[in-house]
Amino acid sequence: MSWVSTLFTSSLGRKLVMALTGLFLILFLLVHLTANLQLLRSDGGETFNLVSEFMGHNPVVQTVAWGLYLFIVIHTLLGIRLWLANRHAKGQKYLVQTKANASFASKNMAILGILIFAFLMIHMGDFWWKLQFTDEPYALLQYAGMSHPIEDVYTGVVASFKNPVVMICYLIGYLALGIHLWHGFQSAFQTLGLNHMKYNGLIKFLGTAYAVLVPLGFALISIYIFLMQ
Amino acid sequence: MKLTLKIWRQKSAQTKGAFESYQVDANEHMSFLEMLDVLNEGLVEKRQEPVAFEHDCREGICGTCNLVINGRPHGPLPGTTTCQLHMRHFKEGETIVIEPYRAQAFPVIKDLVVDRSPLDRIIQSGGFISVNTGQAPDGNAIPIEKDVASRAFDAAACIGCGACVAACPNGSAMLFTSAKVSHLALLPQGEVEHNRRVVSMVHQMDKEGFGMCSNIKACEVECPKEISVTNIARMNRQYFSAMIGSDEK
Repeated sequence: MSWVSTLFTSSLGRKLVMALTGLFLILFLLVHLTANLQLLRSDGGETFNLVSEFMGHNPVVQTVAWGLYLFIVIHTLLGIRLWLANRHAKGQKYLVQTKANASFASKNMAILGILIFAFLMIHMGDFWWKLQFTDEPYALLQYAGMSHPIEDVYTGVVASFKNPVVMICYLIGYLALGIHLWHGFQSAFQTLGLNHMKYNGLIKFLGTAYAVLVPLGFALISIYIFLMQ
Repeated sequence: MKLTLKIWRQKSAQTKGAFESYQVDANEHMSFLEMLDVLNEGLVEKRQEPVAFEHDCREGICGTCNLVINGRPHGPLPGTTTCQLHMRHFKEGETIVIEPYRAQAFPVIKDLVVDRSPLDRIIQSGGFISVNTGQAPDGNAIPIEKDVASRAFDAAACIGCGACVAACPNGSAMLFTSAKVSHLALLPQGEVEHNRRVVSMVHQMDKEGFGMCSNIKACEVECPKEISVTNIARMNRQYFSAMIGSDEK
């Protein structure tokens, strides 16, 4: 075997892939949240629609997007494989299950991850699939300064979030995401070997803040739209 | 003090095991293993098979004793081996569940005794220095800063009991392996071979069927020698750098 395949089939190599894809997905969340913040502008959705148009048609963003989809698939499939391998490596479980030695998040990363993936499927079906594969799912609007009319994604988002069932699905998704990040953010750095007294505090602070603030941001925006007149 | 013990009994690796309950009259000054000795003496007097469990030094330094007590390797106290755990930490009338270490790589040999030889094979794959480094005075001939020596010693405190594997929901041996990798790599005598050592030990660890670390850190909590997961990060760093950037192909 070449050193590359040896590296990526070893336990540490597979953890490395989980950490790197995870960190990429963490960065992406920030981009997504920034776009969602535009929903809060009281301009009838103009800025949000312009951002959606840019995200949907800019060739650089589109190329990175395919990388994102690939990383989501790798992170999910490899995560499930590692989870199954680890369950097998543990074998029989203890009669007494203690909660004394580990956090809930760290012990349930796979379940949380599968929950997030299921949420992602609903979410992608709701918006991405419609935009990519159906003819004109949303009405076209002409904004000043644009050479052609663009899709009114804003109205679609608002319609979706007005549905209480969709809303609850999203809130469960955000909660799972928050708990997953609570462990995942710090865990990725530990796996990469980045554990040092100089910056451990910073990683812990950033990870905790990120795990709370980002999902909370998504949730508050969704609730705002749900309650909006 | 009167206690009820719920103990895993298994005749051999090939047979199926099950929990059995026993009553024992212990004294709060006994160690956990002395309490089991009392139980076994009673069983022998009744011409029953005594409970098999491992023990050796009973001073907390050999790493032989290895019970999972109420779901926790070496019991509830931090930084304590089973032999140093005393019955005063349990309550009168309490039911104590005693299980063997659980991990696919550690098959049960009998009752509470498991086969921990995979850890020995990890050591054999690279946990050594290939040249003769002389006697103790020769070691002292190389001046080493106190903090470096302390860090190496903290890792070297690992007694190889396998509690990390037992505590890990993934059955991973990364805390053990990283402690062995670290304590040699941190000192000048071991540093020379550190690339080859970390690669070889990690690959042997994978071959033995241990699970993969997902940074749950239960190992660090349960380790009787309080080995830090900082060692796992060091092992990861060294492994990646050895695989990607070492001088050997």
